[in-house]
Amino acid sequence: MCIDCGCAAPTHEHDQVHDHQHEKGSRKIRIEEDLLAKNNRLAAVNRERFAAEQLFVLNLVSSPGSGKTSILERTLSDLIGRFAFAVLEGDQQTDNDADRIAATGVPVKQINTGAGCHLDAHMVGHGVDIFDLSVTDILMIENVGNLVCPASFDLGENHKVAVLSVTEGEDKPLKYPQMFQAADLMLINKIDLLPYLRFDIEQCKAFARQVNPDIEIIELSCHSGEGMQLWYDWLDCGVNQSR
Amino acid sequence: MHELSLTQNIVEIAIEHAERESASKICSITLEIGALSGVVPDAVEFAFDVCSKETLAEGAQLKIKRIPALALCQSCEQEIELDHLTYNCPKCESLALEILQGREMSIIELEID
Repeated sequence: MCIDCGCAAPTHEHDQVHDHQHEKGSRKIRIEEDLLAKNNRLAAVNRERFAAEQLFVLNLVSSPGSGKTSILERTLSDLIGRFAFAVLEGDQQTDNDADRIAATGVPVKQINTGAGCHLDAHMVGHGVDIFDLSVTDILMIENVGNLVCPASFDLGENHKVAVLSVTEGEDKPLKYPQMFQAADLMLINKIDLLPYLRFDIEQCKAFARQVNPDIEIIELSCHSGEGMQLWYDWLDCGVNQSR
Repeated sequence: MHELSLTQNIVEIAIEHAERESASKICSITLEIGALSGVVPDAVEFAFDVCSKETLAEGAQLKIKRIPALALCQSCEQEIELDHLTYNCPKCESLALEILQGREMSIIELEID
């Protein structure tokens, strides 16, 4: 460390061509710490714990109203005999979503973020404490409905799954590229409504691949059931890989 | 939108380091924020006043270095500057881009008294 100014550089010239300014008596210290370092450390702890329990963990992200909870309800009802699920529900307020999930008989925990716009690894690490992870196959984390902030916060999941419904614009992947780049799978929901809308599904898929060439895409409707089998096959594959 | 919690992190990290150095006050905090980090520098500045109130960091100057987004096109091997929305190479249209910089979101340096 430079003893003159306290900066991290081992030695440097302290003459007229000084490359940084000092206020009188002040000194500089180098930090170089990532602002998400703490979250990333906790996410790594979560990921290790989930792997030890052979859990398949998904972080469901979307804008509000895309149908995340409805997809979960249908999925849990259809697959409850096949896999042991646990669900973490993230919302700013209310237990409404947790009540809907609880009605399917699956263990659920609601996390209210209050003013917060996303779940973080710390909340998830404590949130799962009430579940018996050793008998759980799939942990579904339904994030706060928000296409911006949850993209930056790793929770320790295997995959982020972005849900986009056809009642939204097909250009959502371009408007919120971070989220669609962070996701490994995109579910295009509410396809039963396509005949009534001017939603160009091929264009939507092209936009998603423009920001993330490797993204997998499944078109489905949790209302009509169309396409749900493809989603279930994808889950089946993930569970087998986690075991 | 999550700039408030990130800014709380910034203040916590800065105070932790400043206390370790027995500082009486933090004069400035230097940050690097990349164009692809999802962080809006103006929102950080806005949140900072609130988060630093009645701490060692109150009144500190925030110096934000904005890092432009750069990528290497795997097809034509050109280095290109990305804008926020399009992720294909403007020269050859390829989608296979390796992001070289622009995701930074770091606290780099403190100036303390």
